[in-house]
Amino acid sequence: MSDSNPMFSLRGVSKSFPGVKALDQVQLDLYPGQVTALIGENGAGKSTLVKTMTGIYQPEAGELRFRGEAVSLDTPEAARQLGITAIHQETVLFDELSVTENIFAGHYLTKGRFKQLDWAGMDARARQILQDIEAPIDPQTRLKYLSIGQRHMVAIARALSFDAQVVILDEPTAALSHHEIEELYAIVRRLKEAGCAIMFISHKFDEIFAIADRYTVFRDGCYVGDGRIDETDEAGLVTLMVGRTVEQVYPKASAKIGDTVLQVKQLSHPTEFDDISFELRQGEILGFYGLVGAGRTELMQALFGVSRGVQGTVEIGQERVDIRSPADAIKAGIVYVPEERQAQGTVQEMSIFQNISLPQLSQINRSGWLNEEAEYALADTYASRLQVKAPNWREKVGNLSGGNQQKVVIGKWLATQPRVIILDEPTKGIDIGSKAAVHAFMSELVQEGLAVIMVSSELPEVMGMADRIIIMHEGQAVSEVARHEFSAERIVSAASGG
Amino acid sequence: MEKIMHKPMATSGLPAIGLSRRLLSWEFFLLLMTAVVFGLNSLASPYFLDPWNLSDATFNFVEKAVVALPLAMLIICREIDLSVASIIALASAAMGFTAQAGAGTELIVLAGLVTGLLCGLVNGLLVTRFEIPSIVVTIGTMSLFRGITYILLGDTVLKNYPESFAYLGQGYVYWVFSFEFVLFGVLALLFYGLLHRTNFGRRTYAIGNNPTAAFYSGINVARHRLILFVLVGLISGLASVLLTSRLGSTRPTIALGWELSIITMVVLGGVSIMGGAGTILGVVIAVFLMGLVTFGLGLLNVPGIVMSIIIGAMLIGVIATPVLLIKFKGRKSAP
Repeated sequence: MSDSNPMFSLRGVSKSFPGVKALDQVQLDLYPGQVTALIGENGAGKSTLVKTMTGIYQPEAGELRFRGEAVSLDTPEAARQLGITAIHQETVLFDELSVTENIFAGHYLTKGRFKQLDWAGMDARARQILQDIEAPIDPQTRLKYLSIGQRHMVAIARALSFDAQVVILDEPTAALSHHEIEELYAIVRRLKEAGCAIMFISHKFDEIFAIADRYTVFRDGCYVGDGRIDETDEAGLVTLMVGRTVEQVYPKASAKIGDTVLQVKQLSHPTEFDDISFELRQGEILGFYGLVGAGRTELMQALFGVSRGVQGTVEIGQERVDIRSPADAIKAGIVYVPEERQAQGTVQEMSIFQNISLPQLSQINRSGWLNEEAEYALADTYASRLQVKAPNWREKVGNLSGGNQQKVVIGKWLATQPRVIILDEPTKGIDIGSKAAVHAFMSELVQEGLAVIMVSSELPEVMGMADRIIIMHEGQAVSEVARHEFSAERIVSAASGG
Repeated sequence: MEKIMHKPMATSGLPAIGLSRRLLSWEFFLLLMTAVVFGLNSLASPYFLDPWNLSDATFNFVEKAVVALPLAMLIICREIDLSVASIIALASAAMGFTAQAGAGTELIVLAGLVTGLLCGLVNGLLVTRFEIPSIVVTIGTMSLFRGITYILLGDTVLKNYPESFAYLGQGYVYWVFSFEFVLFGVLALLFYGLLHRTNFGRRTYAIGNNPTAAFYSGINVARHRLILFVLVGLISGLASVLLTSRLGSTRPTIALGWELSIITMVVLGGVSIMGGAGTILGVVIAVFLMGLVTFGLGLLNVPGIVMSIIIGAMLIGVIATPVLLIKFKGRKSAP
């Protein structure tokens, strides 16, 4: 297949920003009728590449070729003229406008002497495109009435309305449900049949293997390799991406499983989850897997005392505890590392040491007066242990990278010496180096006798790290699988209600 | 080949804050402005440097400045209280009736303080229990408290205050230092300690920067805010004591429009209206800066309207400066 000529290719493309070389002599080929996955960690240069391909950034060096001819994309308009179009993770669309208006915003069809807007023509064209991608949406519906998945269809229809030749999908599945992802795959297949060259950016390997024909890997702004997807496997790709092996990313160590620490009985929430019972033992990592909206985060927040109106009992070390607020949970020894790191986990404007000491100010400074030396010493113990990268612990948390912020949140909770630590999507959006560090640390914690609950939407992560997985579907715990029974098919089918 | 060593990234001791960072601070800028205004004033009028003139000038702003201290903490905590001037009025009415009933100074003062405290409690409970935004609640109570004062007083002016009551607003502790002024100094020190040296102050900043993360860190955000509202109410009651004592009478229009000057002091002092940032020192310097500007313009016989134009322009200028600086700096370093 790769004997055909690439539709779009880059050679030796470089782009730098003050202090960073975002792209360094990279190359890429996109073939007609094929999906090429662009793979790389955060910071590998993927976004810069997309912006270079769509005329938003101008490269300093290198060559862009479209159907064999050198082209320069000076403006987004120039890229659009060639039929290069990108669909982003968070697509900017207009809520109050109709689907047709959204699809044609900025390039309306006109007719007649006075270039009147041709609404009938646009409606018909919109209907045609939506039909082609089998999206049953009425073009006259206002966007605000559509689901996230349907909005995505509209974004794709908008991209196609430019007579797309090269379609870039930038993490398109981030906000989609399982079913919607399947629909997206179907669209991608139709685009392939129509001869488009497709570039697919995703962090999820199962998606890459499901849809891509070829792959190209970037690392730290450099091209490190490409090839056919059927000639590689996940381990091979991870090694290319990070220069590390899979075992290094999921360093599962065996810990001694001890007594039951946490016992949850018939926990129910009026709307989010129903009748959940489980127990957690010392030294155990218990994974919670499920689709977005399965109620996992809500369950964890209930355990942490954030939610109101929760029924059921929670026991810590055989003793019943009444948790009505995070303060109660912390006192009982349950701490929660939230998914929304910036919004819920850290006070961005405050320093590392102030973030770490925040939950136990009253314990450190018993008199009520601040003792910053004592706070700093406490923070030093945990921030050093977690290897937070910062000049000193006075640095604002907001200045740290996502991975290091996550380490601060974990450090903050370890400093309270908890019995149960709940990690909600602990490695979401952090680079693979920090990811491996967080995983290694989880293994360390359970070896020291802590009990860990890990909520994750990443199947390799739960399967790599958990001793047991509870699978949730629409607020119910539908299945529980022990480590020796793990199988991807079984877990995914339980999570989607099968 | 050299091996990359993983050195500990930070020293284990608490690093000191550099001198340059202190000099670049907002407080330093305000202090400089104050010095400039002081210099200009002493050049412009021969009467300015007279200690008694300066002392007299403090009466015009100290009562407001007292309220600016707790209000600064409330605003840092991402809440606001627009009803402070109305609390002053209601507390003054309460004192007026207590005095009319023949009570002594102690009881009158107590009536003022308790009224203020209760008003603060009303604001705080409405905000924290019913989760109504504080700007809405306190716009409401601003009218409510003032309205009650009008109904209670009607056309009457209450002025049966005992003689000893006058000391609080008119007396001097030592030489040119009035009781009001000394009290403000003491309160400024207390609030400095509370905001910058206690767990309570740290939590105030944490909540102001990120209420959700503060809540998730086990802080009782609602109770914290309730305490601050009560504190603002109580100190407004205290300001009412000072003002009522100085005027020697209570009218329903007492302290009308003060909330805006008090908030101006707080914002000029570098307290972020979005919460999370600001210092007591900044507010104290801003209080003096505003006092000096007003006094200097008064000596030059500048009419009140022009004065408020100048104060308004100063506020906008002072707030715009850092925004412009950030934009300018941002342009240099943006990719």
